[in-house]
Parts: sequence; structure tokens; C-alpha cells
Amino acid sequence: MTDVATDAQLVSRCRSGDQAAWNELVERFSRYVYAISTQAFRLPVQDAEDVFQEVFARVYEHLDRLRSDEAIRPWIGQLTRRLCIDRLRSGSREGPAEADDLELGGIDESLARLDEALTVRAGLDAVGEPCREILDRFFCRDQSYKAIGDALALPAGTIASRISRCLGKLKSELEGRS
Amino acid sequence: MNGYDEERIAALLRLLPPVPSGWVRAAQELPQARVEIAALVARAEEDAAYRARVVADLEAALEAEGIAPTPSVVAALRTRLEAD
Repeated sequence: MTDVATDAQLVSRCRSGDQAAWNELVERFSRYVYAISTQAFRLPVQDAEDVFQEVFARVYEHLDRLRSDEAIRPWIGQLTRRLCIDRLRSGSREGPAEADDLELGGIDESLARLDEALTVRAGLDAVGEPCREILDRFFCRDQSYKAIGDALALPAGTIASRISRCLGKLKSELEGRS
Repeated sequence: MNGYDEERIAALLRLLPPVPSGWVRAAQELPQARVEIAALVARAEEDAAYRARVVADLEAALEAEGIAPTPSVVAALRTRLEAD
């Protein structure tokens, strides 16, 4: 298992001006923010990019106002949600749903699943390499056994069994957290 | 999360695909962009003609300084200039 900084540790380091910590914080939450805007709110890519940059700009500006360092994750989730709704209400886009027509129940369900996905992602970071990269390439990047084997200099014939073993490790990691 | 069967873990992993190229780096460069914006604003305070050029086209001014003019960076520059 890999020793990964907690969210609170990362926030504390960011506050002291640690650029590496900021890089890690952005990396840690980037997929979550992106998924909220594109999957839960179905924003077009240009709007999603604007929301993405605005979320991290506000996080950077207001990090000192965070009541508890552990609260960074729900704060980023709520901030992203609010900016997505603002974007929809601005009416500056063509899309399938206006803000007033949003089925917020469905969005809440989607956000809850993305929150679970972020928990699994945190578990993946804790499992470390090479499992992190193998599972990321296969499940998140949709790469073939051959592409993964080529990228990691592993025989393609061993990738399936490695994925299975890594899933088992990740399962154990997640069970240890519950 | 209740129950950690591998099928469910795989489905949850698929929900978080990579972010398009460049987005993460732009967000990571925000602290440096803030420093560069501060330098740009300081120069604008000293040089009225430069300030006029910056105000006329914020994006071009940022690009000239090698700063990516993302909407949040442009907004930050505008706020700083208005505050002066």
C-alpha cells in the first residue's frame, strides 16, 4: 500500500504555499469535478471547462476560509454543483435542459454515485503502483490488454490476471476503510 | 459504500475518466498565474499607456505575458485592475 496524504494534510500544505501539494490537490479532485459537470449536469465541454477552472480558482482563493481541512471534498462537490447550476441558469447555452426543468432528484443520485466513485479512486491511490495504473488504464481509459501491456512493458497475456489481482487488492483496501 | 463486489468497483472506476488534456495543468498553474497577474497589475500602475492597452484587451495582455487567458484568470485580472 502507498502512503497517501490525507485531504486535510494536503489542504494544510496548500495553505503554506506548497506548489506540489496544490498540484496533487488539483489532480486528486479533477476527475470528480469534471464528472459532475459532464455526467450529472451534462454541460457541453466548453461550459464544463469554464466550470472546472472556476472551481479550482475559487478553491485556491478561498482555501483559508475552509472551516475544517477535512471538509475540502464536500466543499468542492457543492461548489461544482452550484457553478453548474449557475451555468445552466445563465441561459447562454443550447442544451437539452434548462435549469427550471432539471430533475434534481436524478442529479442528486448521480452526485451520490460520483462521490462513491471518488472513494474508490482514493482507494486506488492508496493501493499504489502498478495496480493504480493498470486499473486506471483498463477501466478509466478503456485501453486494451495489448495497449496496457505495451505501455507498461508487460506481456499482454498477463494483463487480465493482473487486473483481477489488482481488483482484489482494491476491494480489500476499500473494505479496510469501511 | 455498502458491498464491495468487484463488478461494482469496476463500474465506479469507469465513472471517473481522465480530464481533457490541458485542463489540469491550467488549474495547477493558477498560483503562478496569480503571481504574474500581480506583476502585470503593478506595471499597469506605473505605466498609464500600458494600463490602457491591458484594459482594452485583457486576453491579449495575458497572452503577451505568457499566461493562459482562461476565463477565471481573465476574471482575476479584471478584479485586480478594478480594485486599483
